[in-house]
Amino acid sequence: MPTLAKTGNEAMAEAMRQINPDVVAAYPITPATEIVMIFSQFVADGLVDTEYVAVESEHSAMSACVGAAAAGCRVMTGTSSQGLQLMSEILPIASALRLPIVMCDVNRALSGPINIHCDHSDTMAVRDFGWLQIFSENAQEAYDNVLQMMRISENKEIQLPGMVTTDGFIISHCMERVETIDDAAAKQYVGAYQPLKSVLDLDNPITLGSLDLQDYYFEHKMPIVEAMQKAKNVILEVGRDFGQKFGREYGLVETYKLDDAEIAMVALGSTCGTARVIIDELRAQGVKVGLLKIRVFRPFPAEAIVAALKNVQAAAIMDRSDMYSDQGGQVFCEIRSALYDADKKPLLANYVYGLGGREICLEDIRRICADTQANAAAGKVKQLIQHYGVRE
Amino acid sequence: MVNLKELAVREDSLCGGHRACTGCGAPIIVRQVLLASKDPVVITSATGCLEVVTTIFPYTAWKVPFLHNAFENSAATCSGIEAAYQSLKRQGKIKADHINFVAFGGDGGTYDIGFQSLSGAMERGHDMLYVCYNNEAYMNTGVQRSSATPMGAATTTAPPGKLRAGKTQFSKNLTEIMVAHGLPYIAQSAVGFWRDLTSKAEKAFNIRGPKFINALQPCQLGWGYDPALTPEMGRLAAETCIWPLYEVENGVYKLNYRPKEKKPVTEFFKPQSRFRHLLRPGNEAVVATIQKEVDRRWEALLKNCEEKIA
Repeated sequence: MPTLAKTGNEAMAEAMRQINPDVVAAYPITPATEIVMIFSQFVADGLVDTEYVAVESEHSAMSACVGAAAAGCRVMTGTSSQGLQLMSEILPIASALRLPIVMCDVNRALSGPINIHCDHSDTMAVRDFGWLQIFSENAQEAYDNVLQMMRISENKEIQLPGMVTTDGFIISHCMERVETIDDAAAKQYVGAYQPLKSVLDLDNPITLGSLDLQDYYFEHKMPIVEAMQKAKNVILEVGRDFGQKFGREYGLVETYKLDDAEIAMVALGSTCGTARVIIDELRAQGVKVGLLKIRVFRPFPAEAIVAALKNVQAAAIMDRSDMYSDQGGQVFCEIRSALYDADKKPLLANYVYGLGGREICLEDIRRICADTQANAAAGKVKQLIQHYGVRE
Repeated sequence: MVNLKELAVREDSLCGGHRACTGCGAPIIVRQVLLASKDPVVITSATGCLEVVTTIFPYTAWKVPFLHNAFENSAATCSGIEAAYQSLKRQGKIKADHINFVAFGGDGGTYDIGFQSLSGAMERGHDMLYVCYNNEAYMNTGVQRSSATPMGAATTTAPPGKLRAGKTQFSKNLTEIMVAHGLPYIAQSAVGFWRDLTSKAEKAFNIRGPKFINALQPCQLGWGYDPALTPEMGRLAAETCIWPLYEVENGVYKLNYRPKEKKPVTEFFKPQSRFRHLLRPGNEAVVATIQKEVDRRWEALLKNCEEKIA
């Protein structure tokens, strides 16, 4: 297992090289551009068998991905922010056609105002389109998640597209130590793709993308609902298998010092790394604090979250995006909903933070943990939703 | 050159029983184009009349592989399928020696919302044929104007009224825009000229790379004529030089049809209710403006084709 120094973008491109997709169709966008630049070089140097379609927009990127995947190919792409939004018309078509396209998605704030830095508003905005969504904490996870997502998406019971996300610049451009897998082992792990349908099957011509009216549309949406339910187990199996083979096991969520915790922080992506430092610090001071990292956002691991938080008195839910609904961020709303029927549940407070790349530092986590401790001690939440770190 | 006897025994890729209107020109274009292919075909279509009338689940009129994705991306979707084929072929994972990839789109999906997707796919040089079935308005949603709608035509979003005589702009000359892309083959044809259209499709299928055919498709619903006259409408468009039949092969223009006598544009207008208001007193100036532009475009084309300007 070669250990390399790689940025998140490099790590994702490396996973793509090892997967060796039949087709990649992509359009550059900061901060995801490097992924497709590096991959283009692999194509130019003959290191992959991929047909690279350098399209004129992200809309065409996803459209070409749908065409290529419908033609029975293993297909990948990469994008971010506005690019993801431009694709968004085609994203639910990809899932409805049950095409296991895998996307490297670098989280970046949505315009406007235009901004190139990290928040989760782009990925959250496409959360309801039938795509699997896995968030990465660092470059290592980005690499591991891309390899796993290929297996999850292509699973015969799932057959759904999936996006693996990193946090723009924080992970995408930060160089870290990444343990990679040998090419042969990666190839074996991902396996050969066996498409269930293809418009290139000339002996068995199929019509895909039919007009589907009141009589059938609803029935054709249900398999996506069911596949998302099944995906939870498949993600667990794939994560366990990955752990057995390569030593790094993955679940739907990850807990850190949470077993006996009285207070908890719940977060996605790179912020979890920052939180771990403060949790260690507070633990050394005798504070019973832990972290719940949500790795998989679609399907939403409600059961795992309820179980993980059942003994916690108060939790801070960290949202790196807002829904502008006056009800806090997406993560908060989903967790609050998941806890509604739970017998034992913590007090919750929502922190919408880091929009447009606003830094979240150790001191910020420290203060949020102190707030959470105060909520636990008071037995009530002082402020339900706050936009943390915004200047008055 | 195609031969009717031979075409008659070839199998249609699009079968009957679909739900197109009586006298619809779109299936005529599809069948006349696809009959010209000796190799297998794989089809994409933009959202629009063609997709709607041929694929209402659980039925399909397509005997060949067909993919509909969305409205504005028939070309990009087709380019993805073609890329898939190139990849699989290079890896030795597919047997077929050659497949003709054909993307269809109406004028909405081609001239307007799908224009960027078309331009991109053509520029990238995919081995595919794009066919626009051009009925000169958004017919599927109830006759709204497009950039292919001719000046003066009545549509539901550019209706004639007290201040205006229908659409106030000339149609966009998409065929010439595709010529500017430097494609190996571009052609303009029309329903009513089966030999012309099928021969052009055959020529396109024999050329590797991106090809474009703009086929005028009379629409009885949107144009307002007797459905029995669909081919006649295409012929009138060519006889008035409103819709000339020509092709551009590797940059060389060729006129495929020159009427013995160039009819005035009003001959094309008369059988169609969309132009009825133009023939009423008070709109003579609009008709004259249209005639002048038709003449200008026709003479420019004759020059490009190195034909005598009579």
